Amino acid sequence: MLFRSVENQIVSRTLPGTIEELSKWDDDSVLPSEQVYYQLAKDLKIAVENKTHTRLGSRLNYEMSGIASTFRKTGRSVKKWDIDQQINYKEKFLNIDKKWGNIEFWRLLKLYSPKVTSGYFLNAVDLIKTTEGISQRDETERIYLFLFQRTIYMSVLITLLCLLMGYPVAYLISRLPMKSANLLLIFVLLPFWTSLLVRTSAWKVLLQQEGVINDILVFVGLVGDLDRLQLINNQFGTIVAMTHILLPFMILPLYSVMKTIPESYVKAAKSLGANEWTSFRRVYFPQSIPGVGAGCILVFILSIGYYITPEIVGGTSGTFISNRIAYHISYSLNWGLGAALASILLVAVLILYYVYDKIIGIDNVKLG
Amino acid sequence: MKTNTILLALVSMVFSVTIAKADMTIVSWGGAYTKSQTLAYHEPYTAKTGIKIINDDSAAEAVAKLRAMNEAGNVTWDVVDVVGSDAIRLCDEGLALEIDHDNQLAAAPDGTPASEDFGDLIVADCFVPQIVYSTTFGFRTDVDQWGGKEPDDICDVFDLNAFPGKRSLEKRPINNMEWALLCSGVAKADVYDVLETEEGQSMAFAKLDEIKDSVIWWSAGADTPQLLADGEVVMGSTYNGRLFSLIVEQNQPVKMMWDAQVYDLDGWIIPTGLSPERQQAALDYLYFATDTQRLADQAKYISYGPARASSAPLVGKHAELGIEMGPHMPTAPDNAKNIFVYNFTWWADYRDDLDAKWNAWLAK
Amino acid sequence: MALPVYTSRLFRAWDIIFKCICTFVFFFLIAPIIVIIPLSFNAQDFFTFTPEMLNFQSEGYSLKHYNDFFTNVDWQTALTNSFRIAPLATLISVALGTVAAVGLSQSDVPFKKLIMAILISPMIVPLIISAAGMYFFYSRIGLQGTYIGIVLAHAALGIPFVIITVTATLVGFDKSLTRASANLGAGPMRTFFRVQMPLILPGVISGGLFAFITSFDEVVVVLFVGSASQKTLPWQMFTGLREQISPTILAVATILVILSILLLTVVELLRRRSERIRGISA
Repeated sequence: MLFRSVENQIVSRTLPGTIEELSKWDDDSVLPSEQVYYQLAKDLKIAVENKTHTRLGSRLNYEMSGIASTFRKTGRSVKKWDIDQQINYKEKFLNIDKKWGNIEFWRLLKLYSPKVTSGYFLNAVDLIKTTEGISQRDETERIYLFLFQRTIYMSVLITLLCLLMGYPVAYLISRLPMKSANLLLIFVLLPFWTSLLVRTSAWKVLLQQEGVINDILVFVGLVGDLDRLQLINNQFGTIVAMTHILLPFMILPLYSVMKTIPESYVKAAKSLGANEWTSFRRVYFPQSIPGVGAGCILVFILSIGYYITPEIVGGTSGTFISNRIAYHISYSLNWGLGAALASILLVAVLILYYVYDKIIGIDNVKLG
Repeated sequence: MKTNTILLALVSMVFSVTIAKADMTIVSWGGAYTKSQTLAYHEPYTAKTGIKIINDDSAAEAVAKLRAMNEAGNVTWDVVDVVGSDAIRLCDEGLALEIDHDNQLAAAPDGTPASEDFGDLIVADCFVPQIVYSTTFGFRTDVDQWGGKEPDDICDVFDLNAFPGKRSLEKRPINNMEWALLCSGVAKADVYDVLETEEGQSMAFAKLDEIKDSVIWWSAGADTPQLLADGEVVMGSTYNGRLFSLIVEQNQPVKMMWDAQVYDLDGWIIPTGLSPERQQAALDYLYFATDTQRLADQAKYISYGPARASSAPLVGKHAELGIEMGPHMPTAPDNAKNIFVYNFTWWADYRDDLDAKWNAWLAK
Repeated sequence: MALPVYTSRLFRAWDIIFKCICTFVFFFLIAPIIVIIPLSFNAQDFFTFTPEMLNFQSEGYSLKHYNDFFTNVDWQTALTNSFRIAPLATLISVALGTVAAVGLSQSDVPFKKLIMAILISPMIVPLIISAAGMYFFYSRIGLQGTYIGIVLAHAALGIPFVIITVTATLVGFDKSLTRASANLGAGPMRTFFRVQMPLILPGVISGGLFAFITSFDEVVVVLFVGSASQKTLPWQMFTGLREQISPTILAVATILVILSILLLTVVELLRRRSERIRGISA
């Protein structure tokens, strides 16, 4: 995958002769020589036979709109050419499409001729590699940094919510006698074991405007029938559904740590005169920190890579970077960009993973 | 020793299951559409030949998956249903088989060769057209705030004062940008020229901004019907056949708008890289499934226009409800008063660029 | 030693609030799962409660979605595929996971941490990345869209669960037992199967159950790596949610919920058994 994110062999493989000839092109204020056009004709002839020229067109189209059709159009004409004849190819190409006479286009081709490129990675952080060097993308096209930010922001929020809801529950379960604790644990484990899709669709049923929660609110009279709340297809929907889905991943590690904290410590603190709050804050909480760390990192790591839930309930404001990765892999076919985005995400997760390992050690993870 | 036997057993198990059966995998769009194909093509074909057909609903990712399969040298699909623009792309990239329409497909009953019968709907050499469908709007008929008015103009979609309520639009620039420009006063003929410019694009986005807060974005054809049925939106765009099924088969209080409907084509391709036997089996299937009668049969189950000229007179009544299908076709004269023709070669060039801008706009 | 009266009252109030919070969280956890069960008996084809349903009239309810599930070819293929993929994937992950856990529990393994990290990574690395990576990798080696491809992918996802649960049971394992066994003339194989295995069995089984449910519930990887002839239940549900929203999905969901309750009971019983065994040996 990492390889995909920098690979750019398509240019040199499809137009080998042209690229070689183009490397001799020094003065980029004038169009390349007739020789380059002659090589281009020869390369394209082969490419058309193998049907690779439109793929190259799509590749270069990521960098400059309109190239895809130039290649498609040119391919159709080149197919009929007899390349052995030495005639004026420059003119012939220019007759097909005037883009072949655009110096900017040739500079771009030269720029993207090496076998590896940083182009995808730059694109993934909203930069663009142009013939004048690296620059920021047009404001209307900047999206990925924003999405990375949003992914992180929402994941933090989800993690905090999970902690707020998970801590009391884990505490309660860990203090109860075995039998009732196990019963309550089933309440935690049941959602954990229930299909992710089932839970996501359940939230869809609950949260939509004509859904259960809005119906109840209208029935109780908190909300008018005409201004039902928008609870789904936005960030709120994603956060609620994901908090629900990830909550067990917070409760289980918390519980396994809390179970090991002897009750006698808190009792000792109290007998030494600490009140409930102080004994919790000074004695109990510090001992539960490893569980908090484990749960938080686990939830955070899982949530920044989430894909299915935001896809179904996220609308446009609640989608994550992983939705863009999936989009580039399955729909836009810009696999290089998808791989670059995924690589960045992977590095982020690996760093967190390392932190996680430092705090608790990966072999200390327990699953109920 | 024990582990070795277990391993051996495992390996043999794996291989015994992977031995290919002579089933065919046919890829399509799912929902009511796949159902209509199953009833009109698959079931009669299975009855005739005994070949079992497996449905795969991943036509939306067809290009990506075919490319991956092609790279892997392991093509698992036999026949794929794609839209016209995808067919062009697949054909250009050598991922779809070129078809000799006259020799490999059935002629019309009166002997007209297939290429003439399909006419200019054959947009690529690899493409066997199947239906003409349209993307259009449906709206609920029971919205109190509208005071009895009904939207009948594409620009009513952008008019939140006269027609308040949520709308659903497709989560992609195609069609939406064109509609936005039409309602910003751009003439139908100039839409693509204007959209090519920065100013044109900002104009379209500005128009869409007016309703952005009231839009639920859909990505699957079934979303809008579901949203309309639930009352989540009061109007929304989707494929006309989905709306037909919602209105006529499910009896929901919804009507079609038809104004500025956008025509598109859908049809079959056969992937390259199949073994000769499988390729022949796929061609046999296509010969059967795209003849005049079969195409007309599909229209009994869903309101999409058959792609053969010779099928049109054969379009009859709905298979279960017994109503005439003709007036529900996007091509019916009453519905086709104002159509918009979508330019796929233009989108092939500007899609990457506009997708990026579109998504940046959506995310804000 | 009694606390001062004012603290106690405060504490009692806090205790009530605390219980309310916990009840709310449990409600939050369970409610979404409960809500889908009645909807799966909806007589309509949409996801919403109809007025008939809310008035508990019998015409609002029907079994037609269950009927659809059991008669529809697509759902049945998906069900069969799930049962063809999950057990084999589970078997592979249990076999490899147990071996890895036992091997790594030896103290003299070089790069122990690193190996552990790599083996556990499928659980930690976002699924979308594993899926995308497998997609590209499998495309290259020709496993894309094959049955073996999915089984291997699911096995890889299941291994971490097995390793974790088995390692947990190994923590309490008394090393002198293997030495005693070796002393009495048993080979390493025999020692493993006759001495170690019975003791770590509960860990192996619960790891296996996790691996099974992972494979049974997994959708992202299947969507990327699989093809229609390997479509599993979650795949069918996902495309169902996207393409043809129908309460059949909810019927399937209800069946799956019941299945997971059964599995949970099994795990719980196993756990109690293992505790009893340990209680006796201690």
